Amino acid sequence: MTATLPVYSKKDFQTDQEVRWCPGCGDYAILSAVQSVFPELGIPREKFVVISGIGCSSRFPYYMNTYGFHTIHGRAPAVATGLKLSRPDLEVWVATGDGDALSIGGNHTIHMLRRNVGLKVLLFNNRIYGLTKGQYSPTSEIGKKAKSTPYGSVDRPFHPLSLALGAESTFVARSVDVFQAHLKATLRKAAAHQGTAFIEILQNCNIFNDGAWETLTEREVRDEHTIAVEHGQPLVFGKNKDKGLRMRGLELEVVPLGNGVTEKDLIVHDERHPNPGYAFLLSRMDSTPGFPTPLGVLRAVEAPVYEAGVNAQIRDVVARKGKGDLGRLLQAGDTWEVK
Amino acid sequence: MATTTTEAPARRRETLEQAVIRFAGDSGDGMQITGSQFTNTAALFGNDLATFPDFPAEIRAPAGTLPGVSGFQINFSSRDVFTPGDTVDVLVAMNPAALKTNLADLRTGGVLIVNVDNFKETDLKKAQSATNPLEDHSLDGYRVFKVELTKLTRLALKDLGLDAKSMDRCKNFFALGMCYWLYNRTMDGTHKWLDDKFKSKPVLAEANKLAMKAGHVYCEATEAFEVSYEIPPARLTPGVYRNISGNSALALGFVAAAQKSGLMLFQGSYPITPASDILHELSMYKEFGVMTFQAEDEIAAVTSAIGAAYGGALALTTTSGPGMALKMEAIGLAIATELPLVICNVQRGGPSTGLPTKTEQADLFQAIFGRNSEAPVPVLAASTPGDCFWVALEASRIAIKYMVPVIVLSDGYLANGAEPWKVPSLSELPDFPVHYRTDPEGFQPYFRNPDTLARPWAIPGTPGLEHRIGGLEKQDVTGNVNYEPLNHERMVRLRAAKVAAVVQEVPDVVPAGDAEGDLLLVGWGSTYGAITAALRAQRDKGRRIGHVHLRHLNPLPRNLGEVLERYGKVVVPEMNMGQLVWMLRAQYLVDAEGFNKIQGKPFKVSEIEAKIEEVLMPAAERGQEMRR
Repeated sequence: MTATLPVYSKKDFQTDQEVRWCPGCGDYAILSAVQSVFPELGIPREKFVVISGIGCSSRFPYYMNTYGFHTIHGRAPAVATGLKLSRPDLEVWVATGDGDALSIGGNHTIHMLRRNVGLKVLLFNNRIYGLTKGQYSPTSEIGKKAKSTPYGSVDRPFHPLSLALGAESTFVARSVDVFQAHLKATLRKAAAHQGTAFIEILQNCNIFNDGAWETLTEREVRDEHTIAVEHGQPLVFGKNKDKGLRMRGLELEVVPLGNGVTEKDLIVHDERHPNPGYAFLLSRMDSTPGFPTPLGVLRAVEAPVYEAGVNAQIRDVVARKGKGDLGRLLQAGDTWEVK
Repeated sequence: MATTTTEAPARRRETLEQAVIRFAGDSGDGMQITGSQFTNTAALFGNDLATFPDFPAEIRAPAGTLPGVSGFQINFSSRDVFTPGDTVDVLVAMNPAALKTNLADLRTGGVLIVNVDNFKETDLKKAQSATNPLEDHSLDGYRVFKVELTKLTRLALKDLGLDAKSMDRCKNFFALGMCYWLYNRTMDGTHKWLDDKFKSKPVLAEANKLAMKAGHVYCEATEAFEVSYEIPPARLTPGVYRNISGNSALALGFVAAAQKSGLMLFQGSYPITPASDILHELSMYKEFGVMTFQAEDEIAAVTSAIGAAYGGALALTTTSGPGMALKMEAIGLAIATELPLVICNVQRGGPSTGLPTKTEQADLFQAIFGRNSEAPVPVLAASTPGDCFWVALEASRIAIKYMVPVIVLSDGYLANGAEPWKVPSLSELPDFPVHYRTDPEGFQPYFRNPDTLARPWAIPGTPGLEHRIGGLEKQDVTGNVNYEPLNHERMVRLRAAKVAAVVQEVPDVVPAGDAEGDLLLVGWGSTYGAITAALRAQRDKGRRIGHVHLRHLNPLPRNLGEVLERYGKVVVPEMNMGQLVWMLRAQYLVDAEGFNKIQGKPFKVSEIEAKIEEVLMPAAERGQEMRR
């Protein structure tokens, strides 16, 4: 296969369609990263399928020169599940947003994750409804003033990664639109994962929610507010790498390094930890002031893959019973002959 | 059996043309099994038959109460059978609640077998009976057989060492044994079934056999019945037959469609009454490569099927009305992306949750019009349980040939009702091999076949055909997103023209009965049997009537308008408020009249006959009738 595989470049994954996101939208950066990573994966271009729902992010397939399906609001995981089940040979990616995946499509999202379908899911989280012009979303912070909430939103937001972990997701990661190198590295890890790979991509909407993530992305402050987790590495952060995370009882604790505290006292990140509780703690620690937002792969574990199990069951039955005989099937059960 | 006449020379045997039996009891009494066993035996004997299982929506309503009554009716005959029968000749009532809810359908002079052991004070109270019907003369018009079913069953099983509960669960087979005696049927088939069913618990097979035999012997010994009946085999078209329910026939039809098209069958479905059995059955056929997916909801059921269709599978989703409502947006997506998909709606009473286990055909408008915007789809309806097979096959063929979602309408009555079905030979089934587009030369996602207006089926994995589709309006030919006014109108008209072109697959209608005359009955779906029987009876009385039963509801047959004009009057019997009649009036400007029943029950033949008589009554008499 690899011997005959053409050498692709980023250009091979670009379409002739005019990209219709607002100038300055974070989606451009995500598109660019994906177009850069796909040629590296050693997969024939015709095997890629990008499936999306509705929303700004869901225009994604039109700009990818692969097979693409722009479906309906919230349903991309279900369409993709049907495709991947029946065509496990395909490399199926889902592009979705915070409204698409967590609001109208929440049910499909949790069940896709529960089943561990072999899909790569890019959740563009800008904490706002962009395509419908600026309503608050299920990831908007409490008190969000938006078109439909002039006095501020009252409902509590989801932590997308906590939700994914609650649904037993086997691969949970987070990256940021503008951190290109980090984003590409995360995409590569997702591509290598067996089962559902769920990536939350923090993305700016410069029209309706500008600066959504600026405390995480602005050069002066980002190192204080984020922590890039790496498997096997201690959880250290801060501009001067002078802070770390350790366990105290069942809680995480931020500790300054020094004064007898060394990296040895810190948690060593284990993305393969069998208990999702650890990743869950990381996924929501930034709701407490002073804690950083984790970036990178929080969890990557092996588990049975849904489409493999479904197809294996069919193969097993065929092997055991032989290929079905339609004539025999139609005459099954009690029959009688009228002469 | 041969000894019957010698031991009881006084007993008479009468030959009848047909009989209707109804088994009624508590939903825990095994009435469905009892009825199914009698059905299989009658079928194997060679009778034509139709059945009507009628059970509550509750899995186990409180025992002995009115809502907990479950019934199974079978009409078996030496002639053609079209319906389960208007009235019942033999009613088996296992308790007062069953008696109360079913007695109205027992014909005067009919046989009533009651389990007197279940007519105690408390039983009567549960059935809300103020007096004991066995004593208050309300049953005087019937031939009542008061049988201690529970006591006699226990007596028959006393040596098996079973507990009382297990013994009591066999009493339905005592009743079955009685009915086998009454109609001179062999118990062999049921013995075989019991051996198979209780392979791992032979004592239960033995218990049920003993109970059945006891019922048989009871009739023989007590001389309670002075006469037994014979119903000779029917003269059916030669061939191999089996019994089939509508849901089973749909499942087999889709397996056949997959085999004949060479595609993998993918079914996305979410459990819903009365459609779930299609999922149950298809999930067993893995050796045919059938993939079933029990989705998280109705929307995922249809959208997963759309995903599979996009990948090149024969895609199916099955549901009932409420689930259909949830699928509509997705069906619109399949229309816009022009992917083949079959959607089965096994209709039930509505609106909302409605009557989950009762039948209705009120989802026709939903099928024809139920989506946002201009979104026509071909709609087919099955007319009998066996016809479900052919409709499944035809819907699949059309979906693939025209790259279009197709709706198949069945209903609860067809789904659970059974009839003898002539098993087709494989050569009778059409082959429709599929050719995916593979040639990149000149490929355009929306370039259409001039005859069918179908776009090419270009599936992922095909080198050089990478393209994007979606729910946004597309430019004609290229499929690129396009919002231009004239392009939109063109695409709307093209999608409609494609569905209209399906008329090429629709045979002209040939009315049953008179080719022209005073009255045309137009029906669709499960009313077929009742209309056919009523037509036959009324034509025997010299009336000039025709009957058109529509399998294709969209597009309608080309010659339908012309046929409607050949009759003085047009009446459309439907189990709804008048949906097909509305369509016919709108499309053909014909003064068709609706005849509607919305009771969760199929039409009786007598109801349609009465309507025919009313409509064809001379005007003067009709006036008088109305003044009365």
